[in-house]
Amino acid sequence: MYGNDFSAPGDAPDDMPGAGLLGEVEAAEAELRAAAARERRGGPAPDEDLAAYFTEVVDAEQKIEPRDWMPEAYRRTLIRQIAQHAHSEIIGMQPEGNWISRAPSLKRKAILLAKVQDEAGHGLYLYAAAETLGISRDELVQLLLDGKQKYSSIFNYPTLTWADVGAIGWLVDGAAIVNQVPLCRCSYGPYARAMIRVCKEESFHQRQGYEILHTLAHGTPEQQAMAQDAVDRWWYPSLAMFGPPDGDSTHSTQSMAWKIKRFSNDDLRQRFVDMCVQQAEILGLRIPDDGLRWNEERRAYDYTQPDYDELMQVIKGNGPCNRERMAHRRAAHADGAWVREAAAAYAAKRADKREKVAA
Amino acid sequence: MNGPFAFALGLGDDALIAAQRLAEWTTRAPEMEEDIALANIALDQLGAARLLLSYAGELEAAGRDEDALAYLRDDREFLNALLVELPNGDFAVTMAKLFFLAAYQLPLYTALASCPDERLAAIGAKARKESAYHLDHGALWVRRLGDGTEESHRRMQDAVDHVWPYTHELFAADPAAPVDPAGLRAAFDETVGPVLAEATLTRPERGWAPTGGRKGVHTEHLSYLLAEMQVLHRAHPGAQW
Amino acid sequence: MSNEHSPLWEVFVRARRGLSHTHVGSLHAPDAELALRNARDLYTRRQEGVSIWVVPAGAITASSPDEKDSFFDPAADKVYRHPTFYEVPDGVAHL
Repeated sequence: MYGNDFSAPGDAPDDMPGAGLLGEVEAAEAELRAAAARERRGGPAPDEDLAAYFTEVVDAEQKIEPRDWMPEAYRRTLIRQIAQHAHSEIIGMQPEGNWISRAPSLKRKAILLAKVQDEAGHGLYLYAAAETLGISRDELVQLLLDGKQKYSSIFNYPTLTWADVGAIGWLVDGAAIVNQVPLCRCSYGPYARAMIRVCKEESFHQRQGYEILHTLAHGTPEQQAMAQDAVDRWWYPSLAMFGPPDGDSTHSTQSMAWKIKRFSNDDLRQRFVDMCVQQAEILGLRIPDDGLRWNEERRAYDYTQPDYDELMQVIKGNGPCNRERMAHRRAAHADGAWVREAAAAYAAKRADKREKVAA
Repeated sequence: MNGPFAFALGLGDDALIAAQRLAEWTTRAPEMEEDIALANIALDQLGAARLLLSYAGELEAAGRDEDALAYLRDDREFLNALLVELPNGDFAVTMAKLFFLAAYQLPLYTALASCPDERLAAIGAKARKESAYHLDHGALWVRRLGDGTEESHRRMQDAVDHVWPYTHELFAADPAAPVDPAGLRAAFDETVGPVLAEATLTRPERGWAPTGGRKGVHTEHLSYLLAEMQVLHRAHPGAQW
Repeated sequence: MSNEHSPLWEVFVRARRGLSHTHVGSLHAPDAELALRNARDLYTRRQEGVSIWVVPAGAITASSPDEKDSFFDPAADKVYRHPTFYEVPDGVAHL
């Protein structure tokens, strides 16, 4: 029954984003199958240069699989990126989870609960994808709890009103999808496959957020104000989700060569802005940017950049909710320790009993 | 209040308050997989609550829908059993609550599935499959915690002792109801006894048996739960969401 | 490398009658019973399956001539972790 309240894809308003993006996810999936079906010679010869073979596979748009040889830096880059992505899903449950208990109708409560649950599922898919690279989930979780790995800085902003749940769905999930759809074509097979599944589920998330804002924007004056306030607060942090401008981005060039990343931060940000303008019009909400205007020459919108100094501060741990989010995660982990120990002890006892019976 | 309306309302309130409590675990479960499982159960309870409250609203025929019943009644008008409103406590308390509730809801919904009221029968038929899963999940953890470590055993026994008195109210006789809860006690005992034994837990003696939920006389906890659940809805009278 | 208390399990789901079980992903659980329950919750939230298998990842022996094992020694014949996260392809019902 989970997720029954989400509109079916066909029910979404025509103006909804995602239809095109979902098409891209499906294209990526088809590409994955096509790549798998393509003729290619078998594995590397015994004395072949493994690095050259790796490059050949990547250049041929084939997938790298867990036990293939890969450059150590490729492996490390993927672990860092996939883990950060997984942590983001898990920490990202908190700001929206904050409103489950107060959701204003039972239908909204059910949808939000299912959505936040999906995020836990996405976190688990991603941790499992990272584990194929030779690191355990326990280790990754510990890196998060120790503050040695990051999660998306967007989740360090607070959800102050119900409309924030809508704004997160529309803008934050929207930005995440724009970021993630190209990852469905990532050169690393397990990550690409995990992202296909994640993106398919995410498109529903964005729809539910859009629907919440649409309802509020067409509701009472108080609801309209609540919706506009949420968009005002979430717009620039959402733009910042694409990372620093291309000139300042440290990981981009190599990641593009490895086909982990397919588009630059600025390209994706532009794509997101272009997508949002029309959607905002239909919502009847204003994007808080006086510099926003169509540039006929570029065939794209000019827009005001987010405050990257603020982004850096939030990444460094100085956002409004960094401390709370981490404290919450650490507390849940620590409070659950006795339960995990009990389950392990029980499993060990049962295994002992079985061995004795067998002997 | 009595009759079918109060009956449907009571069951709907059980499911709604149980869902609200279970959903409090979101982002806090002992393991990420368990976060998902608890959300599943909360979603099941919420789904059943919506069906039961909608039907109660129709029976009442006073124009109240599921949201009017969930958000615009005060605690004295809620008819849930006290068990579901108890705070979550630690994971053991939550599992004790889940296990006992499911051991009651499963035979209840099963009986309801063959009652003459078609709507209630349909709800029962759907919900009993879900209850079977909840019971399975609750029993699975009661066994693990009871027969796990010394600490988990102590916590699980404390939890059983704490929640047990509240189980008696579930089976208070109501001969006029579509299903008389008094008739479900035997099935409950047959389910609960072996699991507690296998979990090396002691079944409490029958003693204190708090009651009042079905008459709208609750613990102090319910009012806080409702204050949180209802605050936004009530702040915007008549608004659509 | 593997989690001591909560080992890895591989999950196989039969999407519909007439199809074989297909690998959909992996998860952690302390024992088989929990692994099965977790698999239901994680991989069939949208009713993707009618039957689930869970297999301890360590119990699978793999042959993969196309792969060069670079860091999973010494157990080169173990699949370890091969999440598929893949919905069972449609259109393969004509078995």
